[in-house]
Order: sequence, then structure tokens, then C-alpha cells
Amino acid sequence: MERFSFLRSVAAPIPQKNIDTDYIIRIERCTGTPREEIGKYAFEMARFNKDGSENPAFVLNQPRYRGAQILVCGEFFGTGSSREMAVWALAGLGIRCLIAPSYGQIFYGNCFQNGLLPVVLPAAEVDSLMTDAGSGKPFEIDLEKQLINARIRFDISPRRKKMLLEGLDELGLTLAMEPKIAAFEAADRQRRPWIYPA
Amino acid sequence: MVEELGDGMQLLFVDRHVIHELSGYRGQVEIAKRGLKMRSPGLALGSFDHVVSTAPGSRGGNNANADRIIGGFRAESRKAGMRLYDIGEDGQGIVHVIGPETGFTIPGALLVCGDSHTCTHGALGALAWGIGTTELVHVLATQTVVQQKPKTMRVEFRGAPAKGITGKDLILALIGKLGTAGGMGYAVEYAGEAIRGLDLEGRMTVCNLSIELGAKVGMVAPDEKTYAFLKGRRHAPKGAHWDQALAHWRTLPSDAGAMFDAEHAIDCASLAPQITWGTSPEDVIGVDGVVPDRKPEALAYMGLTAGRPIAGTKVDRVFIGSCTNSRLPDLRAAAAIAKGRNVARHVEAWVVPGSWRIKQDAEAEGLHEVFKAAGFQWREAGCSMCVAANGDYVAPLARCVSTSNRNFVGRQGPQARTHLASPAMAAAAAIAGEITDVRGF
Repeated sequence: MERFSFLRSVAAPIPQKNIDTDYIIRIERCTGTPREEIGKYAFEMARFNKDGSENPAFVLNQPRYRGAQILVCGEFFGTGSSREMAVWALAGLGIRCLIAPSYGQIFYGNCFQNGLLPVVLPAAEVDSLMTDAGSGKPFEIDLEKQLINARIRFDISPRRKKMLLEGLDELGLTLAMEPKIAAFEAADRQRRPWIYPA
Repeated sequence: MVEELGDGMQLLFVDRHVIHELSGYRGQVEIAKRGLKMRSPGLALGSFDHVVSTAPGSRGGNNANADRIIGGFRAESRKAGMRLYDIGEDGQGIVHVIGPETGFTIPGALLVCGDSHTCTHGALGALAWGIGTTELVHVLATQTVVQQKPKTMRVEFRGAPAKGITGKDLILALIGKLGTAGGMGYAVEYAGEAIRGLDLEGRMTVCNLSIELGAKVGMVAPDEKTYAFLKGRRHAPKGAHWDQALAHWRTLPSDAGAMFDAEHAIDCASLAPQITWGTSPEDVIGVDGVVPDRKPEALAYMGLTAGRPIAGTKVDRVFIGSCTNSRLPDLRAAAAIAKGRNVARHVEAWVVPGSWRIKQDAEAEGLHEVFKAAGFQWREAGCSMCVAANGDYVAPLARCVSTSNRNFVGRQGPQARTHLASPAMAAAAAIAGEITDVRGF
């Protein structure tokens, strides 16, 4: 997984509440699109007109936000479907960091699996950053210090922070714990035999 | 729990892994890329639901891409040696329908699936939630999942609902009250007289919409109804294992004095049938209400005018199906409305049973004849128009009353307008050709 430590980038504001994962990536793009190409279809319904041309009104199509790696979002961003393609689509667009008051819970977990930092801040702080984003001035995200623009502190679980900083792969860590898993299972077969098919 | 990982995170053993072809095949491809194998195929159950065609008589996908996914999932599942209910086989259907139907879902089990509506299985007292693709690969390879312990919420549904008020109405009313982020970070227990009064299928509908309340996990404490529902089902424990399991299950319900991080109550006695008006499940009112003067963007998308009664709004499509409302009691409720009546001429109405078994059982009762005589399409089992992954769409600007779970912008197709409601309400809309109060039928 790609490491995340420090990021300097323009931040694009997406103030709408309850942006769902269907909106981030349409279901048709989840059935056959290779992971590497899925970014092309992020926010498809808003980013493009029916004829496939860009919709100039959509924030990421505006010259000052093109190439933004940070999104400042309204509350409960990424609600809905568990589709991890929503995170892949954002990552495919080059997004590395989200800032919002809250997230859909499955989406939130999926971000960490893909080296994307979802910062949670109180709504008032997000509102103020939304205004700052409008100025087009780059943001600085320092994960090590847990600071945005050297002044706004954010919380993150130490475990998740470490995984992002070091680009750790959860599956690799768990595979190394197989003896513990096997021991649990052996004891559990005695405790709850009905769980295991004959 | 296998191990505390620190930081409130735990490595948990997965008792039941439910797998469908869309996220499941993606996971199988990823695990193969890493050179790993499925660790515990005996604890998995797979079937086909998302991309299968539901056209009458169909046995595959609607296009070459769907057929590629179906074929790939079938081949990989067989190679891994996991149990797979194939298309046209007793056991096939929407994974959140067949888990309980086959007795694979049991109280107290930790169950995951690469699908957000996995919370449905909580209706039997399982601890169940949806996972992403990377987590799915993790489960395939290690039979474990990393999870932070959630906060707890209890919602009491007080009083007995009036006739015609269903599990769908109860949970929509709760989402309307708390909002789609109301349950965020919680595992929610649904309790109270109205929940006890529901059959297991009704409880599944309630738990199914937990994710629309913002909660990954929703559950109902198991009771005698749960055990009666499970006993004798194909994958439910048998013989001595049944007795041991039952003794364990009886210890599971929360103590009467248990403390929760949050508690809410809903008075059910005065509830009207619920219907959504906007583009989030929290945008919900009683069918006897008026369209609220809020969320102008949602009203514009939905083509509605604030202040007007929602009843009388003309509809083009009706969809009865999905992991929310496609079980036998749902179909019976819809058929009771449809019987002896006709679908309005301008409406295309579909009934999509949740599983192969439900379709057979419904046909044995003659429900298909009722629907077909009224002008409904009677289709094959699958997710269909709830998620539109198989190409079952609602046309742009068309209005659909749907028994599914999400009325998001574009969910049932670009520019499609979705109103969520119960099966009886959906059937009534099909007959009337407009949104209507089912209590008038």
C-alpha cells in the first residue's frame, strides 16, 4: 500500500451532505472496469454531460481545482454501498486525503485499506476549511504531527496512523498470525461445535 | 476474538462468510493475484444475485460481462471447494435472503459479506456487517476480520402498529426521525412490542435498513420465533449440535438492565404507511402527509412540489423485490392487494422473488397467478432493479415506487426517481397508477 506522511495540494470543496458511494462510482463501473481505469468514472453523473463532455460546473473540472488531491466534504461522505470501488475511483483521480465531519462507516474503513486518509473534524472546522479551499490556496496535511495547515489538529487511531505512515498491509500482518488463528479455531470447535459443519 | 490489536481494534474469527458473485469474484481474483488460497471454504456460502438476469426463464446474465463474472465466480468457488448455490438451483438467491432461508445464518454467529446490507442477518441475532473488497480478501485468506468495537444503541418500538403497518414502515419512520447518520458508529438493537410482533422476515426488513440509519450492524435478540424459524433448515445445526446451540442462543439476549450508549423510542400505534419523497432514506413521510419544503435539490431531482400531498403523485414503475422486501410474506402482502385488480395501464410493475425457493413456494400458493392476472411481471430471483447491476433500470425521469432500500440519485438508473415503501404500498401504487394510501384498499 502507498505510504502517506505529508501532502501539499489544492483542496476542492464538495459541501453536499450524504454523498453516497453510488454517486461516487456508478454500479456499471463496478462490474467490469479494471481497477486502474476506474478513476475515469469518479463522480461520473456530475463530472460529465450526457454526451461525455466535461460539465464545467463540477468542482473538479474548474481550473483551480484540477489535480486537487484533497477533498473537503459535507457530513456523512461515502454513505451507502460497501463498494470499495468508490475509494479506488477517488484514488484513481489522485485524491489522497478527505476532510469531513463524518463518513459512511464501511467507506471510512475502505479508505485506510487504500492509503487514503479520511480526516474527521468538527463541522465548524470543516466549514472554515471549506471557505479556505475556495481561495484555491494549497493545504498542507501532516499525518505525523496530525496537523492541517500547521494549526488544525485531527485525531486518528494510532494503529491506522502507523499503517498509513508505513504503508503496511493488514493482510500480511494477519497471515503472520495464522498459528493464533488456528489455535482459536481448535478451541472454538470444542466450545461451539455447531458453528463447524461436520 | 483471536487477538486484541490495541487501539480498540480486534482481530475476530469469522463464523459465516456469505459471498455473492460481484464482490466475491473480485475478491477471488485479488486473492489469486497474491498467490493465496481460501482458508476455510466450509464456513462460506455463495450464490448469484447482483448481475444475474431476472428475465422470466433466464439462466445467466444480461450481457457478456455479467456472464464473465458469473462464469468466473462459479469456477473459482468450485476450485476453492466452497458451497455454491447456482442459478436455477434450490438455495440460489439474494445472499441476504438465502443465508436465513437455508439456516446458514444463526444467532450469535459473526457473519460478514462484501455487501452493505449484510446487517439483514442481524434479524436472527447474528452479529453481521458488510465489508469492502480488501477486507473480503482478508476474510478469504485468513477467516478473520479486523474491527473496532462499536458503540451500542437500543431502539424500542412501542405499541402495536395498526393493520397494514409493516417492518418497512417501522424502520423508515426511525430513519426519518434519527437521520441517515443517526446510527453512525453504533451496533443497533431493535426491541419492543412491535419488533416482537414481527415475523422473522419482517425483522429482516428492519435490520436490512440499519445501514440506511448509518449503522453497520443491526440486530434483534433471538427468541422462540427465531428458533422455530431455524429448526430443520438445511444448514441449521442438527441433533446434539442443535441442543447445544439452542442452549447457547438462549443466553444471548441483552439483560433487562443492560446499559446502552444511546437509547431511542418510536411510538408505533399512530404510524401511517411510510413513503420517501427525496433522495435519501431519511426523506420520509406518512403517505397521508405533504411534501416538505426542504432540500430543494432533492425536490427538483424528484420532480415534486413542496406543500402538495404525496398521495396522487403519478408513477411509471413499481418494483417489488430486493434483500429488503422479497420474501414470502412480502409477496403475500403485495398479492393480497393485487388480487382481482389490475395494474394501471401506464405502469410497468415487476415482482422479483428474493430466492429460487421463494419463487417455488409462492407459485405453490398461486401468488404468481395473482400477480400475472393483475398485469405484474413475475421474474427470476436476484437483486434486479434495487441496484441495477444487471442492467434492470428505471428510465430517466421515470418515477418508481420500490420496496428496496436506497432512493439515492441515480441508484435505479441515471435520473430515475425512487420512492421507497412497503410491498403492499408498492402494489397499491401499481394498481392506482399513483402513490396511494394502502389503507384505502
